[in-house]
Amino acid sequence: MNAHQVYVIGAGIHPFGRHAGVTGADMAVVATRAALTDAGLGWDKVEVAVGGSNTGKPDALVARLGLTGVAFTGVRNGCATGGVALATAANALRAGQGEVAAVIGFDKHERGAFAADPASYGLDAWYGTTGLMVTTQYFAMRTRRYLHEHGVPDLTLAQIAARASRGGAANPNAWRRRALTTEEVLAAPMVSDPLTNLMFCQPDEGAVALILARGARAFDLCEAPVRLASVAVRTRGPGSFEVFSPWLAPHRSGSPTRAAAQDALRQAGITVADVQVAQVQDTDCGSELIHLAETGLCRDGEQTALLTDGATEATGRLPVNTDGGCLANGEPIGASGLRQVHEVVRQLQVRAAGTAVRGDPRIGFTHVYGAPGVSACTVLMRPDR
Amino acid sequence: MSRPLAPELFASLDPLALAGSRCTACATVQFPAARQCAHCAAEDPAPITLPAQGRIWTWTIQRFEPKAPYLAPADGFLPYAVGYVDLGEVLVESLLQCSDGEPAIGAEVHLVRATAPGGHFTYAFAR
Repeated sequence: MNAHQVYVIGAGIHPFGRHAGVTGADMAVVATRAALTDAGLGWDKVEVAVGGSNTGKPDALVARLGLTGVAFTGVRNGCATGGVALATAANALRAGQGEVAAVIGFDKHERGAFAADPASYGLDAWYGTTGLMVTTQYFAMRTRRYLHEHGVPDLTLAQIAARASRGGAANPNAWRRRALTTEEVLAAPMVSDPLTNLMFCQPDEGAVALILARGARAFDLCEAPVRLASVAVRTRGPGSFEVFSPWLAPHRSGSPTRAAAQDALRQAGITVADVQVAQVQDTDCGSELIHLAETGLCRDGEQTALLTDGATEATGRLPVNTDGGCLANGEPIGASGLRQVHEVVRQLQVRAAGTAVRGDPRIGFTHVYGAPGVSACTVLMRPDR
Repeated sequence: MSRPLAPELFASLDPLALAGSRCTACATVQFPAARQCAHCAAEDPAPITLPAQGRIWTWTIQRFEPKAPYLAPADGFLPYAVGYVDLGEVLVESLLQCSDGEPAIGAEVHLVRATAPGGHFTYAFAR
């Protein structure tokens, strides 16, 4: 242990789903207080705060949490918001801005797929009015191409949805609590071929907070701190296949996920084979399929065997999205990346809300991804002390 | 004859052809034509006319009516096919028209006019 290492010493969540009459800020306060209670701290002990939201103003939370004068940074990075907020807070601690930080993510989205303004993406109006500016189309087209290139059957997509639903059914904080069969998933209405409506997550509402501490302070405050061994954020390179692209280069390269995953593993000094519990962005079943390979957790095409053999089940040899992932929790995009970290931290502390992974996991990995090609990956480790 | 919804997308209306650009520094081809290369940021890529024939690279069918800014046809929403068309130097995102069933990866397609909002037309690729 050294003074520059950052640990998660508290984690709190407001259940994801639909909560009429509850604001995004209300949920953020619930999650923050739960995380502070988990850490055994008051808000007055927080020296650095970073909040992420795409529908609210995080720094306004001080009016609800306490006017302590804390330095409070707001982050808005679409679906990757949580990962970027965590990186920002960890860097502030490493830079010596304090010993205790809070990271808070929340969002409260309207029903249905996100609508986007072409101008905000540097695109002209025709792109939206003619029906090309639809996120679900992108995920479907990316999935279709991947199935074609790697010989993956539609059944593998359905197996991902079914596995996620089992994680959600066991997790009291999840939105979708019913276990689905692959038959149900395949028979559901088609949204964007080859993805049915049970293969997509939906935007929803929720909040997550983490309390971080640096160096020896983490062990003074927490019996079982989890080390944030690395956090890496990357944007797309040339040739990556991203949403809202009127054109693509003919050859694929520049995946932000591949770059962020490799950097997070390198910083942590491990290989992907060391990962014992993982979270990957599963906006839809195709996204999980692709991200399993882009993070290096498996080879292209190997997903079919992993899903068929039960390897990615919570009790399998490579547990993935053990809390049900985005598919069962929905996606309040400011909180989503922090939900992943919250789940992995609790798995490493052997106190997951849902199904616990087998054995004695020491190393976990998270991957969040969003438009327009932003990925953030973390490696979390249970320290030997 | 109706007018194009976005005239800058076309290098020519008869024969119909899309307007792209090629970077004079790194040769990256873009659509629509760009004022700055998205790959190397060089200024003023050269305008080029894109091929009117290509192959479907990937596809899907939009089965629900998108939210705004999408504008549905006056007589109501109908599911439509979209995809990327491989034109060799660039893949172009496009509406797809397949009168003989579903699109397929690798299928040959050619540039056509498609009905667009306000009585205008846009581009599509058809089998």
